[in-house]
Amino acid sequence: MIEVKLPKVLNNVNDIGTFSVLVQILKRDIRVALRRQSDVAAVFFFFIIAASLFPLGSGADPKLLSAMAPSVLWVTALLSCMLSLSRIFASDYADGTLEQMMLSNQPAVLIVLMKILAHWLLSGLPLVLVAPLIGLQFNLNGEQLQVLAISLLMGTLALSLIGSIGAALTLGIRGTGVLIAILVLPLYIPVLVFGAGAVNAVSIGMSPNGALSLLGAVLAMALVFSPLASAAALRIALE
Amino acid sequence: MSFLANNDVLKVENLVGVRGDRLLFEDLSFELTQGSVLYLQGANGTGKTTLLRTICGLSKPYAGNITWCGEKIDTLAEEYYKYVLYIGHLLGIKEDLTALENLHFSNALSGKQVSDNQAINVLKDLGLAKGLNLPTRMLSQGQKRRVALARLWLEDLPLWVLDEPFTALDIYATNFLKQKIEVFAQAGGMVIMTTHQEVKINVPKFAELRLDEKIDENLAEKVA
Repeated sequence: MIEVKLPKVLNNVNDIGTFSVLVQILKRDIRVALRRQSDVAAVFFFFIIAASLFPLGSGADPKLLSAMAPSVLWVTALLSCMLSLSRIFASDYADGTLEQMMLSNQPAVLIVLMKILAHWLLSGLPLVLVAPLIGLQFNLNGEQLQVLAISLLMGTLALSLIGSIGAALTLGIRGTGVLIAILVLPLYIPVLVFGAGAVNAVSIGMSPNGALSLLGAVLAMALVFSPLASAAALRIALE
Repeated sequence: MSFLANNDVLKVENLVGVRGDRLLFEDLSFELTQGSVLYLQGANGTGKTTLLRTICGLSKPYAGNITWCGEKIDTLAEEYYKYVLYIGHLLGIKEDLTALENLHFSNALSGKQVSDNQAINVLKDLGLAKGLNLPTRMLSQGQKRRVALARLWLEDLPLWVLDEPFTALDIYATNFLKQKIEVFAQAGGMVIMTTHQEVKINVPKFAELRLDEKIDENLAEKVA
């Protein structure tokens, strides 16, 4: 490899490594999101309100409530995650920062992974933290709440990862909201089945470990393949 | 210190550019060596931006080769981006962040880190002293472009690909940028740029390329 060097324009320009660059990307995405707090808050409150509507609408039968709790909480978590998916790439695409990221000397896959992580920290993690509180409305017991939180912790990360593919594929297309839903919801099915399944297992007195392991496997797969697929989709979108 | 490579550093061979099913340019070949400044000319829609994006590797060429120091740019992948600085039609500025935050982030993407003072000095030189702590959303078009261009003063990258860098700039900023380009080229840097403004850049290795003369109607029909 031939080295191309220029005389240094400045003396104190330091080169930084991959890790620092990735941290900067994560910090920057969080900073941008915190300057648009309404976007982050909207997803959070959508989850709380939508999940709270079910106990209000289905009468006060504690048994019925706790029976439907896992599916209701999981489906609402899934929908609120989906609401915020377009945010991962759309605004960066519109103002050109996304193409600058693709022109970075760091691997695009890692950059995409950082953006997904930022999305999860801002839209997935708050749901995990508030879900046990919502679960109380559904008459869930301590063990059920615990498993609910664990399954959501793994599951929402998988949702952000898988959803990023849909977000990347629909970049630059008008009316993306419904299209993302159609693309992504079928891919969310395994996460929903194993996530809600873990809580259901506890409810009938079985061990949640089987469902949680499968959820972990889905997460591991998503962690490897989603950033690759998203990065490839972004390259196509930017052509 | 100068380029260690003696040969052509960036080489474009028989490039064919197509947008949709329309032929933009064909059989385009040129080389850039240290210190060259290449002006792309052409009416709107002649493929200037497409050519710039192809040189950056954002768009894939329909046919032809682009090599950097003898290696194809798609083989080099991220390695190539250690050398290229692209400022396009979209400025790559986040409107929620301040000028300083934007600049630090752009630098980080190029794998560079500068101190706050260095960055602030450059932004001040560019006449942005008053807007340092404002989100860039509050700045005018010309000021936003200056924020985007500030990278040129801070990142030591040898190839600049600039799409209409003078757009929206006032006379002062235009001159400032023109001088920067001249200094950069004299130091061995390479610049490919498009512009509709008449800005004369005085460097020894100055070349112009007109894209609209490159179209062969027969081939245009064939591709369509």
